[in-house]
Amino acid sequence: MAKRRVVVTGMGCISPLGNSVKSTWEGILAGKSGVNLIEEFDTEKFTTKFAAQVKDFDPANYMNPKDTKKMDGFIQYGYAAAIEAINDSGITVTEENARRIGVAIGSGIGGLDTIEKNYAAMLRAGPRRISPFFVPAAIINMISGNLSIEYGFKGPNIAITTACTTGTHNIGYAARTIAYGDADAMIAGGAEMASGQLGMGGFGAARALSTRNDDPVRASRPWDKDRDGFVLGDGAGVLVLEEYEQAKARGATIYAEVTGFGMSGDAYHMTSPPEDGSGAAASMQNALDDAGLNAVDVNYINAHGTSTPAGDVAESRAAKKIYGADADKIVVSSTKSMIGHLLGAAGAVEAIFSILAIRDQVAPPTINLDNPDPECDLDYVPHTARDMKIDHALSNSFGFGGTNGSLVFSKV
Amino acid sequence: MSSIEDRVKKIVCEQLGAKEEDVTPQASFIDDLGADSLDTVNLVMALEEEFETEIPDEESEKLSTVQDAIDYVNTHLG
Repeated sequence: MAKRRVVVTGMGCISPLGNSVKSTWEGILAGKSGVNLIEEFDTEKFTTKFAAQVKDFDPANYMNPKDTKKMDGFIQYGYAAAIEAINDSGITVTEENARRIGVAIGSGIGGLDTIEKNYAAMLRAGPRRISPFFVPAAIINMISGNLSIEYGFKGPNIAITTACTTGTHNIGYAARTIAYGDADAMIAGGAEMASGQLGMGGFGAARALSTRNDDPVRASRPWDKDRDGFVLGDGAGVLVLEEYEQAKARGATIYAEVTGFGMSGDAYHMTSPPEDGSGAAASMQNALDDAGLNAVDVNYINAHGTSTPAGDVAESRAAKKIYGADADKIVVSSTKSMIGHLLGAAGAVEAIFSILAIRDQVAPPTINLDNPDPECDLDYVPHTARDMKIDHALSNSFGFGGTNGSLVFSKV
Repeated sequence: MSSIEDRVKKIVCEQLGAKEEDVTPQASFIDDLGADSLDTVNLVMALEEEFETEIPDEESEKLSTVQDAIDYVNTHLG
């Protein structure tokens, strides 16, 4: 059976730089930082006191206010991003097509904030104070669930959870679902809100976060020799994927084609990648093979590039392995330098940046890259965005557990 | 201090996202105010907090209208 072609016809985004694709992309191209000091709780005893949080988000723009207590913040972000993406695509649900439209939106962690609040209520006043909405407000598949209920999507309804590769895996899986014929359209992506006390405390305890508390906007500095960990980010990214002929027939705006999806496992360590980046390289190679492309055909890589000491080196080595003698030709950047690491949403918002890079023929910058680590010697587009020809872009995501995913988007 | 009736109505408005004019004594939480089974559990929890009491499950299951809730509070806290 020939694979059906899959294209992107809608995009939605809630990010530390803005609550729409347009505002976020403008911030990215301008090299702005979305990192801020945390004000929701007293951070005195926390090793890291900052994150890249969503600003001025009003759930009432997207849902009945009474429903906000039924959805953790990550669900609200994912739901809002999906609404933008669905409106952007112009796709409509009818009795005929409802069973052919599905949802695949996940989260790396889920409703931490909701878990924290209900546990606190239980300790304070006993189990009767646990909200009846606690479980449905916290579990990871409820973005997919709530969207299906709201819009009537009766196709596949899932939520893949693979730590920081969640967004990429959901998009890749959704594209496969359409290519295989199980659906004609999929709403796909990831969402996260982990900048509460448990999230900041937990990632801090794992020594994963930057502790540059005196200069937060310069804390996320992928490939810089002074990088000291990632900056936690909140937000969501959602794509509308459609089978190509259907999208063309209904006159939809086609942003790009999903041409490649690759996955791999590190088989190495819970939180660290193998030093040679072999897992990352396998994921990238699998995506290229799926797309039927050679490495040199891909002009731009939106890297996982989290600003951790080990991860940045491993990914650079992986890219060099894939490109071989052509490593000097590849242009790589990390938008995490501006919006931090959105964990389960990272791959989804970075897919959007990769697609917009193709649309606008511009590579987003890596800000804060003042002194490149000698072990990281690729072209990382330091400081300012760069106009360039981009026919194919590759987006990488790697997660705790050693779970890797890569997507290739191509100009149509 | 507002009356028990006003306090019950205020909680119903907040918890069910209902408009004040719709929250009449006869209004049914499920049939008229759009509540589902989880909403009604949550509403009872909010009433328990407001009136600092505990409503046993066998009692809370009988509360289906705004008047039922007002009567319950009046009887048990009056």
